[in-house]
Amino acid sequence: MREIDFWKDQLVRGRIGRREFFGRAAALGVSTALATTMLAQVGIGAEPKPGGRFRVGSGHGSTTDLLDPGTWENEYTADIGRGLIGDALVIIDQKNSVVPNLAESLEPSDDAKSWVYKLRKGVTFHNGKTLTADDVVATYNYHRGENSKSAAKSALSTITDIKADGPETVVFTLSGGSADFPYITSDYHLPIFPSQDGAINWADGIGTGPFILESFEPGVRGKFKRNPNYHGTAYFDEVELLVIGDVSARTNAFIAGDIDYMDRCDLKTIALLQRNPDVEVTNVTGFGHYVAPMNVTIPPFDNVDVRKAIKYSFDREEIVKKVLFGYGTAGNDNPIAPSIKFATQPEPVYKYDPDKVKFHLGKAGLSSLKVDFSAADAAFAGAVDAAILMQSHAAKVGIDINVIREPNDGYWDNVWMKKPWTMSYWGGRPTVDWMMSTAYAAEAAWNDTFWKHPRFNELLVAARAETDEGKRAAMYAEMQQILHDDGGIIVLMFNNFVSAHSKKVAHGELNSNYDHDGGHMYKRWWFV
Amino acid sequence: MNAIVSTVLKRLGLGVITLFVVSLIISLAIELLPGDFCKTQLGQAATPETVAACQRDIGLDRGPVERYVEWLGGIVQGDFGYSLAGAGSLGGSRRSVAELIGPRLLNTLFLAAVAACVAVPLALVLGLLAALYRNSLFDRIVNLVTLTSISAPEFFVAYILMLFLAVKFKVFYALANVSDDTPFLESLARIALPTLTLVLVIVAHMMRMTRAAIINLLSSPYIEMARLKGIAPRRIIVHHALPNAWAPIANVIALNLAYLVVGVVVVEVVFTYPGIGKLMVDAVAFRNMPVVNGCALIFAGTYILMNLIADIVAIVTNPRLLHPR
Repeated sequence: MREIDFWKDQLVRGRIGRREFFGRAAALGVSTALATTMLAQVGIGAEPKPGGRFRVGSGHGSTTDLLDPGTWENEYTADIGRGLIGDALVIIDQKNSVVPNLAESLEPSDDAKSWVYKLRKGVTFHNGKTLTADDVVATYNYHRGENSKSAAKSALSTITDIKADGPETVVFTLSGGSADFPYITSDYHLPIFPSQDGAINWADGIGTGPFILESFEPGVRGKFKRNPNYHGTAYFDEVELLVIGDVSARTNAFIAGDIDYMDRCDLKTIALLQRNPDVEVTNVTGFGHYVAPMNVTIPPFDNVDVRKAIKYSFDREEIVKKVLFGYGTAGNDNPIAPSIKFATQPEPVYKYDPDKVKFHLGKAGLSSLKVDFSAADAAFAGAVDAAILMQSHAAKVGIDINVIREPNDGYWDNVWMKKPWTMSYWGGRPTVDWMMSTAYAAEAAWNDTFWKHPRFNELLVAARAETDEGKRAAMYAEMQQILHDDGGIIVLMFNNFVSAHSKKVAHGELNSNYDHDGGHMYKRWWFV
Repeated sequence: MNAIVSTVLKRLGLGVITLFVVSLIISLAIELLPGDFCKTQLGQAATPETVAACQRDIGLDRGPVERYVEWLGGIVQGDFGYSLAGAGSLGGSRRSVAELIGPRLLNTLFLAAVAACVAVPLALVLGLLAALYRNSLFDRIVNLVTLTSISAPEFFVAYILMLFLAVKFKVFYALANVSDDTPFLESLARIALPTLTLVLVIVAHMMRMTRAAIINLLSSPYIEMARLKGIAPRRIIVHHALPNAWAPIANVIALNLAYLVVGVVVVEVVFTYPGIGKLMVDAVAFRNMPVVNGCALIFAGTYILMNLIADIVAIVTNPRLLHPR
């Protein structure tokens, strides 16, 4: 790209400040007036203004989608609940901190075992009903209930009691102290719905969110218009959320101008897309990562030296280059993304090292190794290619990997957590505690390496309730080191969210926890 | 007349049995697939408790035979049942299969009708002309073009058309997302590219069969008689050969019309057209049994109906069959 575009890009990503941008622009002969216009084009210093119909082409969404919040498991429905019709108690901002949303303030007790949320006053649902604490209690109980089939049930298992303390206060009581509890209340399953006698009504799509549902055809499109009584700000007049599953169709619709935003760009052709002067590609590093879990209860993976030998036997940077086309960062077998609080980089960093492979194989008493590796693109796009790359690297150091290409259909039933070494992915979680509890705690339902380490689990529980930041940091650092050294998980790489939007749309700094600006692009972005 | 009535009745009777067998096979196939609706819908968030609760809720914890019999019982009374998505006690959004399939089926029929209106006359005319000017340059060119278009995979044809007619030169829309409130003319404009794709894909078959059927008849004695009488070639073909060629032509047209309803999933995906093909594919991926069975019945019914019409046309145009001695 041209040099001025490169500096604009750096500015948008926050890598340089405005002064530096102006300086560079002047050096390139761009006048200040023009440079200011350029800033406005990328939404910096420009005043957001209302208006316009924002058409989004989403690669997610299916005909079985429902307005029932317990069933939401793709980004389409997550957007509806979190970004359009609904509001959760808190939201996660660009720095991955919790900020108040429907809750005005949140206070923990001294042992972090109970949390008091005070609700914002004067918030109304789209049908005019005022938000009260009873609505919050009813919403959470819907997901926690005995017979609940909600996807959020396990995340809420730490709550032992919820009650309303007056119309504007909700008290959560937890089974154990948790300093990170507020992050859970930002989950996309948990927008608050209007209730009556303890039961919530979600079927009409009525929430407190910035947009009102006009029509919804699952798997096809949703139409929304701005809520004039929203407690915050939103700029678009209307939003149309289309499902375009096929990436070529989505790209074509975007280039032809039928949609203003597309997600999940095709990485193989992204360079061509970027050449278009009306297109802005956003490349955000989130918490999502691709993994290859080894079942540590099945030989040969039960031997830590075998695991280490495998970890040193392939080149992670090359996988990022070939599979993600550079749109990602190589992993170091630590599932905590660098932007998460308390993230560390355990040493030594795993890279392709034939000497270490030989050393660890020797310690395990083996001169060579033969293992099966199950992969399918259902795990992540390019999983099979990545497996084959690993096979070719490992072959040079005496490890014979037999890549088994599994069918996509039924992958999560028959392959993940069933075969000894598979591919998988994680959307990532915003806190160390949540990520570790979901996948690495001894009894976690999704502990796909079946790894149980006593010291790790001891630290996990202790750190959850620890309110001293320094002590917590040390505990989490130790946990990440243990997982890195002893665990069965290979974190191949952190994948970026690569999406594109027309230059007619502008935005500020982007969230990194989910795509679509954390799901909040509908209320944060505007037409230039 | 008797021949027609008896054919229709026999066919309808056999058709019902065919539908029953089709539904049995499809239900069996879905049962054999790994996973079920609850596990697929909850995806990575599935835990044993939530899956069990979901199954209890929508009745998936009963055996396959019991569920099939219940579904069959509903069908014979005309009730297609409810989609598994949204079924169950929290039935705020129960959607009947009929209301799910209805609009999508209408969309598909609309696209099929428009494509058929363009493709069938075109194929017949081209076939007649090719038979008239057989072995000439025109004949060879028409054959070459149509065979090429039918040999290329549909998505390839679709993308090429989209590239040239929607992206590079913005003649048509790239997205064919029609909805209930799209005005009729705009709907027609939006489905222009899918229609064009489908026409290119089905014209070859019908055109070549027309040409072959007519040329086949041109060696009959009565045609030779007509030629000796000095009748113009155009009239020979249209008035003397064509009426006897309807049987095989009708068969091919019926087959292609059925394909237009049943087999256009690829075009639907590429142009994001909300038709019934994509609905069935999604339903299979989610193991949404009632929807899959509903779609399967409609598809099988379409084939049976189209074949029936083709056979009736064959009987009607053949006096020997129409008035058997």
